[in-house]
Amino acid sequence: MNQIAFLGAIESGLVFGLVAFGVFLSFRILQFPDLTVDGSFPLGAAVSATLIVNGNDPWLATLVAAIAGAGAGLITAWLNVRLKILHLLASILTMIALYSINLRIMGRPNVALLGEETLLTPFESGSLPYYITTPLVFSVIVLIILVLLVKFLYSEIGLAMRATGANPRMARAHGINTGRMILLGMAISNALVAIAGALFAQSQGSADVTMGVGVIVIGLASVIGGEAVMSTRTMLLAIIACLVGAILYRLAIATALNLDMLGLKSQDLNLVTAVLVTAAIVFPGMKRSLSGVFTRGDS
Amino acid sequence: MISLRNIIVTFGKGTPLETLALRSIDLDIDRGEFVTVIGSNGAGKSTLLNILSGEALADSGTLLIDNEDLTRRLTHARAGLVARVFQDPLAGTCEQLTIEENLALACGRGRNRGLTKALNTNLRNRFKQQLERLGLGLENRLSDQMGLLSGGQRQAVSLLMATLQPAKILLLDEHTAALDPKTAAFVLELSREIIQEQSLTTLMVTHSMRQALDVGTRTIMMHQGRIVFDVSGQQREGLDVPDLLALFEKRQGESLTDDSLLLST
Repeated sequence: MNQIAFLGAIESGLVFGLVAFGVFLSFRILQFPDLTVDGSFPLGAAVSATLIVNGNDPWLATLVAAIAGAGAGLITAWLNVRLKILHLLASILTMIALYSINLRIMGRPNVALLGEETLLTPFESGSLPYYITTPLVFSVIVLIILVLLVKFLYSEIGLAMRATGANPRMARAHGINTGRMILLGMAISNALVAIAGALFAQSQGSADVTMGVGVIVIGLASVIGGEAVMSTRTMLLAIIACLVGAILYRLAIATALNLDMLGLKSQDLNLVTAVLVTAAIVFPGMKRSLSGVFTRGDS
Repeated sequence: MISLRNIIVTFGKGTPLETLALRSIDLDIDRGEFVTVIGSNGAGKSTLLNILSGEALADSGTLLIDNEDLTRRLTHARAGLVARVFQDPLAGTCEQLTIEENLALACGRGRNRGLTKALNTNLRNRFKQQLERLGLGLENRLSDQMGLLSGGQRQAVSLLMATLQPAKILLLDEHTAALDPKTAAFVLELSREIIQEQSLTTLMVTHSMRQALDVGTRTIMMHQGRIVFDVSGQQREGLDVPDLLALFEKRQGESLTDDSLLLST
């Protein structure tokens, strides 16, 4: 693997680190298997790309993308909390609806950002090439979000949210409005994913309506992978593990695609991911990964 | 003062399995009273407790706590007034959270939670003091996960958690039933101490007639959704288990053995 491919893997690892943070919040903290992610990732891309193409500031565009993602998460949570629709189904409904919404937002299946002013434009004029500046800028953004997220999880509300997922009955007995916590947590989760989508679109140079396919699986693979390679005893470690997992995952994929002897092509990506995630869930040696949501009953 | 007026609860309304869980319950509990509740399976003890905690809502009737109408208020919204210890030691605490995080969570009961850090040195010192009284050495294990503790230890911590913040009433739901005899005695004694210290108004559901008479200031017995007798003060002193059974027979015109009460719960 050459340097450009390596840095490219780091770059998308950082972006999918944000997805992993979101997936960690929903799957792990709230015990809410949320597939909205496959819709909120392209939603973030669509919103930011459309705003940028229309001449808006890229930071503002990314912020609006985050708010749109939060809205998507709120809808899924609302379908579950207020209308009592099964969490998995509620998230699939939102995901499907977002496909149409994303097409509406962009007005066409994809929006190109070539030559547009993005978050990365100001850093491109310097002496460093794009494949170094992009991961640098992204790592600053991701680290800031990581610190804020960890601080949140250690706050009173963050603690209440963790209790909501772990033991809702006890949480209510201690005065926690569990419905509201699910709404808030899902909003934050999907806002993070939408930011990831916005960053991804700006670094790749386009937003596409199909770019969300399988994002949830990559997010899960990152969360599980992180848990397999390091301790997640504290919230800080658990969040760092998400980022580590995402970067390792992208590096593993880049390596696999670069090894000619394996004969893998880029179209095999989703198949490889699915196999990896399955292995991580099933292999008992890889910790008690994903206990709860998918293997409930025997844990 | 806690006051229940004409509380009626039906389960499975409109289905073939419709059952009247509570048939017109009237009950007043004065401040500082320690009421023990006994009754066989299906007598309505748990439903009564759930009505007070908000986990079940009454079909009709009113529930007042210090003249505040709580009849339709949800569990989380009345948690500032009602504290509870569950029967299952695993239900009252969060095993994924540390001991100190569980206690911090309990400190938020009845208050608004914000974005400030949930834990700080002050709180940790307070928790250490509180844990020391248990004599279980937990004061040195603040950052251990709750899941590492035994059932008895967890129940003792649950009790602390329920009493960290003031409440108008403390609900104990057979909270020693799932423990071994020695641990049960320890948790019960601890409950008595804390209740006396803070002069807490308490309602304790128990499966044991012996326990119902040994602790508390008042005992009520429930049967088929009704309160069949209610003894306190001098009338209660000197009562023994056979006296309770006799009292039940007299009021109810049915005979009931100690065994059927004990075994059916």
